[in-house]
Amino acid sequence: MQDAVLAMLAKEPSHGYHLHARLRRSLGPLGESMNRGQIYVTLARLERAGLVVCERADGLPERPERKVYALTPAGQQRVAAWLAEVGWPKPDLAEFHLKLAAAAAARLADPVELVAAQRRELLRRLREAQRAALAEPVGSGAGLLLEGVVLRLQADLRWLDACERAWSKVDDEVEGG
Amino acid sequence: MNVSSAAVRACGLVKTHGQGQSRVRAVDEVDLEVPQGQMLAVMGPSGCGKSTLLHLLGGLERPTDGEVWVAGRRIDPLSERALARMRRRSVGFIFQAFHLVEELSAAENVELPALLAGRSRRQARRRASLLLERVGLADRARHLPSQLSGGQRQRVAIARALANDPLVVLADEPTGNLDTTATLDVLRIFEELRAAGQTLVIVTHDERVAATADRLISMRDGMFVDDTRLAGTGTGWLGDLIGLEG
Repeated sequence: MQDAVLAMLAKEPSHGYHLHARLRRSLGPLGESMNRGQIYVTLARLERAGLVVCERADGLPERPERKVYALTPAGQQRVAAWLAEVGWPKPDLAEFHLKLAAAAAARLADPVELVAAQRRELLRRLREAQRAALAEPVGSGAGLLLEGVVLRLQADLRWLDACERAWSKVDDEVEGG
Repeated sequence: MNVSSAAVRACGLVKTHGQGQSRVRAVDEVDLEVPQGQMLAVMGPSGCGKSTLLHLLGGLERPTDGEVWVAGRRIDPLSERALARMRRRSVGFIFQAFHLVEELSAAENVELPALLAGRSRRQARRRASLLLERVGLADRARHLPSQLSGGQRQRVAIARALANDPLVVLADEPTGNLDTTATLDVLRIFEELRAAGQTLVIVTHDERVAATADRLISMRDGMFVDDTRLAGTGTGWLGDLIGLEG
């Protein structure tokens, strides 16, 4: 989130509450759990790292909502580097894959059952994400983000289908001798 | 569960295809109750028997064994005529390939089931224009199916399925021929129907379609292997998913 907050300050110096409102607007229902305190914690870290400076309007009592944050030259450089960076979060498939293998090897649990339980959980999540996506007006930025969430869950569910097929086959082979 | 609250019910349902050695149990001893107002999705690989199940529930095919009840009435022993009347009155069908009458306009397609059920021309017309508006196609009423996109045709088919205000709507791969945008239009309509308390049974291989349902049944080789309630997780996890921590 540090990079995102920094990049938002590239437009103009801003109050913490203003940044919070902009984030909430971009994230829609995905940002509902985010509170303003998280923004202030992030801004404080960025200030200590020398990436933002905090200016206070003169003669007013010291309260967080009076502070205006601006990028330092180092902060501007970091924003440029962040924009140029090509990164992608790694989906954590290896852990589940290893869970199935370990469960089968030690006969701790039926891998096909584990896959079924995982599928149920992902389908519930897909349902919530999709419902949130359908509730967004056409063309909303948050809707686009939710579409990404939905597509990822869908890809995970298809992988689970492949897992089920593979582990069912292992079962059949064992039963068939 | 109270029998009278079930829109559709099946017990010991069996459907076999073919003879002798090549005999296949498409539906193999299935029990099912769909309460009124429930949106149920049935998923499974092709050939698992899900479409056959849907046809049995809607009285399009007769079971080899077992019972089917619609609206508290047993339908499997009905005569062809009585079965046709039951389908017109109580069941709305939506198919993957739309099955619209190509010679009729969108509005006429939607009017047809109401006319067949004995409504007056005026009643049928009023109902059709209301339903086309509901699926966002009021301005396409005079178009022939060939002048409509796939997504629009399926929305006409949904309006037609609702023409006689059926107790249950049965949909067989309703988005199978549609692109993402058209799929979302259909899902939005299903979501509205669900909110309005319409009973829906949808057969699909699309996880997105299944995820709009309240309940999901997975089928393999003619049998149910999983029956999951999807409702009620809340959206608390949505924030976690995108990792907002500082």
